[in-house]
Amino acid sequence: MLRTNLTHILSEKEHSELINSNENVMVCCGRMGPMCIPVYAEMEELEKEYTNVKFADMEFDQPDSKVIRDLPECRNFYGIPFVIYYKNGKVAKATSSIQSKEQITNNLDTYLK
Amino acid sequence: MQNHFDIIIIGAGAAGLTAGIYLSRAKVSTLIMNEGTVGGQMVLTHQIANYPGIESISGYELASNMKMQAQMFGCSIRANVKITSFDLEGETKKVIVNNKDEYFAHAVIIATGGRPRSAGAIGEDEFKGKGVSYCATCDGDFFQDKEIVVLGGGNSALEEAVSLTKYASKVTIVHQFDNFQAFEHYVSDAKNNPKIKFIMESKIIEFLGDEKLRKIKIQNQKDFSIFEMNIDGVFIFIGYVPNSEIFQNIIELNENKEIIVDKNMNTNLPGVFAAGDNIAKRYRQVTTAVADGTIAALSAAEFVNNIKKNVQFENTI
Repeated sequence: MLRTNLTHILSEKEHSELINSNENVMVCCGRMGPMCIPVYAEMEELEKEYTNVKFADMEFDQPDSKVIRDLPECRNFYGIPFVIYYKNGKVAKATSSIQSKEQITNNLDTYLK
Repeated sequence: MQNHFDIIIIGAGAAGLTAGIYLSRAKVSTLIMNEGTVGGQMVLTHQIANYPGIESISGYELASNMKMQAQMFGCSIRANVKITSFDLEGETKKVIVNNKDEYFAHAVIIATGGRPRSAGAIGEDEFKGKGVSYCATCDGDFFQDKEIVVLGGGNSALEEAVSLTKYASKVTIVHQFDNFQAFEHYVSDAKNNPKIKFIMESKIIEFLGDEKLRKIKIQNQKDFSIFEMNIDGVFIFIGYVPNSEIFQNIIELNENKEIIVDKNMNTNLPGVFAAGDNIAKRYRQVTTAVADGTIAALSAAEFVNNIKKNVQFENTI
């Protein structure tokens, strides 16, 4: 399990339930590594501000994370974390590698209004 | 949260957290504020194996321990804030974050650290995570049996180039000079690896592709000729730049934009100290940042104590 204060998605079923029972969901799929930790930290801060968005993480190396790794939107991704913004259960935006707070808030404001 | 402190520390990497630990333990009221994640460049390091007394620890864990230790002694920490303005020249220092929250202190320690230097080539941002990477341990496994470039000629570049040969079929090191800045054993490891090739005295000037990186343009730095190379990935390890831009018109910097300090970490402004990777020095390690942070904390504490003593003295006469 990732050592963050975010909601942890531990299975494909939990992932499906989360994105289908919340209008706006941001999932960061990564490891406890240098490119991922800053994104989790930014999400933990933004969770207080964006109360309309459910923030969650998922371990990149667990088999069920194929629900994210195998998304067509991630086909050309070569850097962790894979971050997916879901709107009504559908992928609205996906990013690869470390993202700044400005990049994340821009995506939240644009795709998860 | 209160908004008056004895000392404000800007930056929560190894230097800033160490200063926070020392000051809070000495009952000096201290606020650490940080624009990014607590831990600075420590969290960009997978494994630290040369921190004295600790056999091996992840950068994230070491940073978390330092943060907990500082908070345990009563240090306040505000992370992920944007420093929007400040006044460091008066007797009372003022720092404003997020355009609204004002904080005041007798002294400030600037410990804003550094950040990985980008190549500055066209298309670099566009292909970040789509072929351009800054972390071999994070992204190396995406390049199984692929051809990649490592940009740089220092210790990180040479060491990571060798480690990336576990995955890649071919690793080409592109370096702007005709010799390497890395330690000799890193250079010989790379030269002895059959998967590694070298393009010296050259720079990447453009990243090209569609949905992912496909090729790069390389420019020779002697005759300025340009050629294209088909490539699956580029890992960039070309050093660090100090996070000092916001202070450049107030604090004295050298030609590399590093903050100039004396042996007690004093900057040119009274009551303003600096520590860590943003100061002018030769070696940048967690241990040197910790040492800088310690000196800055002790110097700043002495500065604040003298102010308080003078106020007491004035009140008695």
